[in-house]
Amino acid sequence: MHGPSPAKLLYHFHIVGQDFTIAGEVSSKIRRILQQIGASPDTIRRISVATYEAEMNVVIHADEADVTLEADAGIIRITIADHGPGIPDVEKAKQPGFSTASEEIREMGFGAGMGLPNILRCADDVSIDTVVGEGTRITMEFLNSPEA
Amino acid sequence: MLLKDLVTLLKAVPMTSRNGTDTVIDNAGASDLMSDVLAFTKPGSALLTGLCSSQVIRTAEMLDLKAIFFVRNKKPDAGAIALAEEMGLPLFSSPYPLYEACGILYKAGIPGCLDARDPHDHWAIAGNDLLTPDHASGKDKDQVKV
Repeated sequence: MHGPSPAKLLYHFHIVGQDFTIAGEVSSKIRRILQQIGASPDTIRRISVATYEAEMNVVIHADEADVTLEADAGIIRITIADHGPGIPDVEKAKQPGFSTASEEIREMGFGAGMGLPNILRCADDVSIDTVVGEGTRITMEFLNSPEA
Repeated sequence: MLLKDLVTLLKAVPMTSRNGTDTVIDNAGASDLMSDVLAFTKPGSALLTGLCSSQVIRTAEMLDLKAIFFVRNKKPDAGAIALAEEMGLPLFSSPYPLYEACGILYKAGIPGCLDARDPHDHWAIAGNDLLTPDHASGKDKDQVKV
């Protein structure tokens, strides 16, 4: 017999595009929640890196985004849906080194074309729905695996 | 090695009130590209960089880095220092250029975050090698997933 399944946790956040002074705050909040619910250090690290890269993508390219964090038994899902330019060629954007970011962005240490590759490396499952001129929705799933 | 030993080696000065000088540092990494830091830096490492934006502090937070050394006497802006204070992350400024700072720490025995001596070490899965079938499951796991 199984006991009652733990309640599903659901949180919402909002990312403001083009505001580099607060870029990373949502990832930081998500990180603290994951620490509070006792996710493993390896899981927290993978989620932090992927979420931060995705947040920077929103700040760099989009106007705004809604973020949802869902934590269920064993699976943590983060969805980031932005209003932005969309990604014309997703396969190209997945290639390490491909970037459309400006020189100004590169001076901040981003825009090196490692955002999506880092997300794909850290998440257990990623889906990207994008419409050029409307926006991008990226859903990242992570298994809350114990420390390897 | 202790953080205070790195501070001495790099002739660094603290820029935050909490300096955590008895923290043990096992590895270090250096880059001005935060995505590279996010991809390749081990938790618990020290970061050497010439980049002074708040994004360096955020990157360190995401990775549980233990200290940041800004090279060539660079100093991050007040916002970045305030963020580091809030997080309890020690920041230092060293007079050495990035290349020399790396060389000093490496020579003193602080390893990097990847073993680059064998370029195939982190990427290869040998076919027909039934003697070591779990080669890719441990430290190589992340790279294999690329």
